[in-house]
Amino acid sequence: MIEIKISLVKNILEANEKIAAQNSQFFAGKGVMAINMMSAPGAGKTTLIEDTIRSLKNELNIAVIEGDIQSTYDAEAISSTGAQVVQINTGGACHLDANMINETLSQLDLNPVDLLIIENVGNLVCPAEFNLGESCKVMLLSTSEGDDKPLKYPLMFHESSVLLINKIDLLPYIDCSIEKIKQESLKINPDLTIFEISCKTRQGLNDWHDWLKAEKQKKVPL
Amino acid sequence: MHELSIAQSIIEIVTQNMPKHNLTKVDTITLRIGEITQIMPDALHFGFECLSKETSLDGTKLIIETVPVKGHCKTCGQDFVFEDWPLVCPECGQTDIQIISGRELEIVEFEGS
Repeated sequence: MIEIKISLVKNILEANEKIAAQNSQFFAGKGVMAINMMSAPGAGKTTLIEDTIRSLKNELNIAVIEGDIQSTYDAEAISSTGAQVVQINTGGACHLDANMINETLSQLDLNPVDLLIIENVGNLVCPAEFNLGESCKVMLLSTSEGDDKPLKYPLMFHESSVLLINKIDLLPYIDCSIEKIKQESLKINPDLTIFEISCKTRQGLNDWHDWLKAEKQKKVPL
Repeated sequence: MHELSIAQSIIEIVTQNMPKHNLTKVDTITLRIGEITQIMPDALHFGFECLSKETSLDGTKLIIETVPVKGHCKTCGQDFVFEDWPLVCPECGQTDIQIISGRELEIVEFEGS
């Protein structure tokens, strides 16, 4: 038997990248801006999405894809707003990939939709590696997770366009420095747009809404 | 944990390419993985071993080459290798850095008969 060596330089995630590009084209064709929302479990993604849908109901038609390992809790919470929602249960996988998104698209009517929020599986590591076809990655970090997270999970901060620092109403009760989070995040990613918010007190939410509307206008004009 | 899906993609890519080169068995697959690509080599080896069992790649070894992280400073133009986050230019101290290598996740070659 002759041993032969085959050179192949091939991106292992190429299959994912290809489907992500198809998704992206599909969104553009429908005039939809898609955002990939990522955070650790319990940072407040679902609450924020619910609140965003209700607050912007007269301005943006929002649909949601919910990614969770198990359960339909999040999809049920979102559907109470009246928005279109599809739940993906990854059955153990720690992230969403482009193909999972692709397969759910037939379950949504994106024609009236302006903004598609894809809520990724709660995890600060793996989701950063898989593009879904989104226009931008938005990450949430809640103050109770601690101000050391940017340097502990740098890739996610590096890949995101927006950082929402959530639960700032808890600041009087915990040892967390917003300044440290901001400083270290910006060192990792100087282009990061940062909002400090609380879904409880509604502080900072207007700025987030304004950003979403402006970004939608910029990326996918009506 | 996403090493499992990476292992699956490796198996798919290589088994799809084997017939083109008339290979029936593959001894080694060489990968190039950037230092800040979030892959644990042990988890990848383990995932590959488990998933390849029922395929023509049963017994194939993965060789992983690590690619160091290189940055390009957008402020002063210096290219440099960096050790740890955050990325700071050793020349001018600025942090507006473009990563030019270290995010690879590639199959470079495979060898068999």
